Amino acid sequence: MNVLLDNLDLYASAFIGTVELFLVAAVGSIIGGLLLAAMRVSPVPVLRVFGAGYVNIVRNTPLTLVFFFFAFAYPRLEIADLSFFARACLALIVYTSAFVCEVVRSGVNTVPVGQAEASRALGFTFGQTLGTIVLPQALRSVVPPLTSVQIALLKNTTIAAGFSVFEAGGIYQNLSERGYNVLVGLLWVAVGFLILVVPLTLLQRNLERRWSVAR
Amino acid sequence: MTAVLYDAPGPRARRRNMLLGVVGVVLLLAVAGFVVYRFVVTGQFDPDVWQWILYRNIQLLLLDALFNTLRAFVVAAVLALLFGAVLAAGRLSDHRWVSGPATAVVEFFRAVPLLILIFILYFGLSRGLGVNVSAFTALVLGLTLYNGSVLAEVFRAGVASLPRGQSEAAYALGMRKTQVMTNVLLPQALRAMLPTIVSQLVVVLKDSALGFLILYPELLYQARFLGSQGQLGSPILPVAMVIAAIYITMCLLLSQCANYLERRTRRTRRVDPAAPFDDTAVEMEQIRAATP
Repeated sequence: MNVLLDNLDLYASAFIGTVELFLVAAVGSIIGGLLLAAMRVSPVPVLRVFGAGYVNIVRNTPLTLVFFFFAFAYPRLEIADLSFFARACLALIVYTSAFVCEVVRSGVNTVPVGQAEASRALGFTFGQTLGTIVLPQALRSVVPPLTSVQIALLKNTTIAAGFSVFEAGGIYQNLSERGYNVLVGLLWVAVGFLILVVPLTLLQRNLERRWSVAR
Repeated sequence: MTAVLYDAPGPRARRRNMLLGVVGVVLLLAVAGFVVYRFVVTGQFDPDVWQWILYRNIQLLLLDALFNTLRAFVVAAVLALLFGAVLAAGRLSDHRWVSGPATAVVEFFRAVPLLILIFILYFGLSRGLGVNVSAFTALVLGLTLYNGSVLAEVFRAGVASLPRGQSEAAYALGMRKTQVMTNVLLPQALRAMLPTIVSQLVVVLKDSALGFLILYPELLYQARFLGSQGQLGSPILPVAMVIAAIYITMCLLLSQCANYLERRTRRTRRVDPAAPFDDTAVEMEQIRAATP
């Protein structure tokens, strides 16, 4: 208990770092994932192929490798000088977008074609079909798995600590310097993550149970 | 072709799609071109930063790193499957005192980030308790605990997705609980879940790269080492590209395996209508397993 109470400032600022990283990457990855999903369901073959290729490659790349690229290789390209935090966000967004895209795409595909055909037969425009028929139904099957993807993102933010971003994964280094027991310190980090992750998991299960559509 | 979002295109829609396609290609090529341009300008394609690839020692070093990665992957995969099977058996047990703790273990290891788990095993045990744990052991144990818990959920979902009639019929034939599980439920559940299990193995392979952060001498570790060698021209980008190609190829091959298995189970299922599976449970579990 002492390890936690004596270093409350350290824990608080580190977990704030984690949450910041998570929030930025969550918003970014949802935007990126929606763009990719739009490409993958678009009527333009080139964009579909690009979207599929991106998702296939990124899903089969270790996140540590993506971080490695942004932390060590990106500065060599001398494009723009970004902070470690910004590069960590980019790495998480590049990686998580692919998973968000897959969730959105499979969600849209769960809507039966007949629904859209019927709405077109009634004279609905593309916007109306999308906004009032397809998306409300797709949303129900997208949101629960999207929550799991974001939970995974929250856990993945710890990898940023290995690349000089100050956040919860890096607390043990500071504790080690201050001469505290690292094992106890790390267990408190684990507890911190349980506090963050468990409510999200419960929310996700609740959504899954209530929103699963009987088709 | 009609899809959910759009009808079969007429002449005007075809023209518009064409235009969108051209704009999309131009944009994508512009981005790709810019990246390649930066590569060329900063000299990443110069022959001297690629010289290292010809040195025999470096080739052996990378081969050794690849071996280390694969060793961690194989050991962790086997252990995770075993641990997952034990946990799944625990979760499916009818006794509260067995299923309760098993559920708690599964939930705990799935909620804690894998890297924190590895740090606890590596830094925590050595600096906190004085027990010396090698990087290999910490990495393999971490991968086993996390992926074993995920696999336990996969196994359980596989058994739960089977129609109730299967176990009812087996009980009616006078089989015991263990017999029902091993002779009737598990063979079917494993068949249905095989693609998901292989997808989870891809996650094990990907996460083995976390060993880099505890200085386990795997591919990324050697990439960092080679990339910082001044006499080779500090070729971090060229090395990273080669390492990325190796990782992505290995993971893609394993993913292809999972895709093939999935297509095969789908095909046989259509031929054999006598085995009605609850598809949605399997698919939800696959989506879940596909998340990192």
